[in-house]
Amino acid sequence: MRGRLLALLVAVLGLGAPAGSETVVAGLSQEAISITANFEGSEILIFGAVRRDAPPPGAAPMEVIITVQGPSRPVTVRRKDRRFGIWVNTDLSEIDLAPTFYAVSTTGPLEAVLTQTEDLRHRVSVPRAIRAVGTGLIDQESFTEALVRIRTEGGAYQLNEGAVRFREETLFDTAVHLPAALTEGDYLTRIFLTRDGEVVDLFEQSIPVRKVGIERAIYTLAQERPLVYGLLSLVIAAAAGWAASALFRYIRS
Amino acid sequence: MQVYLPIAEVSVNALMLLGLGGLVGILSGMFGVGGGFLITPLLFFVGIPPAVAVATSTNQIVASSVSGVLAHLKRKTVDLKMGSVLLAGGLVGTAVGVQVFAALARLGQVDLLVQLCYVVFLGVIGALMLVESLRAARRARRPGAPQPGPRKARGWLQMLPFKMRFRTSGLYISVIPPLLVGAFVGLLAAIMGVGGGFVMVPAMIYLLGMPTKVVVGTSLFQIIFVTGAATVMHATTNYSVDMILALLLILGGVIGAQVGTRIGVKMKAENLRILLALMVLLVCGRLALDLVLEPAELYSIAEARAGR
Repeated sequence: MRGRLLALLVAVLGLGAPAGSETVVAGLSQEAISITANFEGSEILIFGAVRRDAPPPGAAPMEVIITVQGPSRPVTVRRKDRRFGIWVNTDLSEIDLAPTFYAVSTTGPLEAVLTQTEDLRHRVSVPRAIRAVGTGLIDQESFTEALVRIRTEGGAYQLNEGAVRFREETLFDTAVHLPAALTEGDYLTRIFLTRDGEVVDLFEQSIPVRKVGIERAIYTLAQERPLVYGLLSLVIAAAAGWAASALFRYIRS
Repeated sequence: MQVYLPIAEVSVNALMLLGLGGLVGILSGMFGVGGGFLITPLLFFVGIPPAVAVATSTNQIVASSVSGVLAHLKRKTVDLKMGSVLLAGGLVGTAVGVQVFAALARLGQVDLLVQLCYVVFLGVIGALMLVESLRAARRARRPGAPQPGPRKARGWLQMLPFKMRFRTSGLYISVIPPLLVGAFVGLLAAIMGVGGGFVMVPAMIYLLGMPTKVVVGTSLFQIIFVTGAATVMHATTNYSVDMILALLLILGGVIGAQVGTRIGVKMKAENLRILLALMVLLVCGRLALDLVLEPAELYSIAEARAGR
């Protein structure tokens, strides 16, 4: 009773950050993701709990937003237009940085669980995660929208509202599906705890995604020793061609 | 069975790629063509990035040409000297083509260039082949009609300097026309990911006046080295040769080629050519439609790749 009164007092007076009273602890089902020759995509399970030092403040429900973000890269978006009767790339927009993968999972509709201000501050929603500034185009919007649309269709950008479920009052979990076409790098997982649309606490953990084995070897060789790689491709091709003709001659005779 | 392609950075069905290689192999065995002009557009259709499709199919052509040229060497139907002259031109053409390709990739117009080249070449070649084979089929039904022999090299070709003797072909001509033919084919190899046999073979017969029996072996000889050079140059300038993709296509291709050869022997040559012409026109039509019809998605994304 005294604690609740105290919390109310703190809230009314606006003293002290609310973050101190509720914190989120979480874990991921995988330490690392390996892209192997038969990689078909992956699923990461994210689970966590809310730890309270004091009874829950106020009546606003507790909400959780989980984002998983792949490495960001500059992206060029091109638009086609009809020229001389055929469709040709005419306009382009360079987007400074856009994540190669971005998934947002929430306990409820994003607008309800996060305020615009907090979204701007923490870059939570998909459009906020993309950085596009000063390209001088009048309709920059439509290029950014196209990027989000195309990547959403391909499963690279996801908005899973309601996908985070509370098991008990303070235990929650969700599963995020990673598509087969993944870019290597560190994937940052962020878990936001919100009340009334304000971020109460934030937990971060990153998970490395790497090509391994033969995939790693081929990719590294192609990037670092392109000449050797090209020659090796040739030798393999020539050997395969010769072996095939020798084999079929042997079968026929 | 999904397989992740390390350079294309997409995951595709391995059996589908084997099947694709096999299908093109059957066709190339049946018709005696390299099949590059079919494999590249088919790779576009299954979602391989155009740059990777072009570069990788040059690698695949090396394999199928090696297997073909060995048989021709044994029969001594390769004009090595003529092949070397064509090759010299071819290497220059390829070097230019790879640079053009890289420059257009930066401008975002490489897909358009490749598609336009395909539509134009497949359209022209397909139409010519169809007309020619229909006429041949009609002649075959009316025996006694005169068979047109290969035309002799035209007069102005004899006026050019730098003449050279090509013993195997029985020719004494200037090296300039074969150099130009070779360069043109090299350019096509780099830009379209084809061997270029469909341009070189008619040029050798009608322009250079080479005897038909050495034409195929000699063009295969040139194609091996030109596509080989294109592979290495694409690997070093555009980093776009996918070894795993090539290997799957080659595996399917060599098996398919053997099957195709058997089928080809059983079919009438004229009917075979009509079929091939129709197929070329079909691929051409599909690519042309993509250019002319309003695409469902007007926007496209090009990502700056890591490591560059």
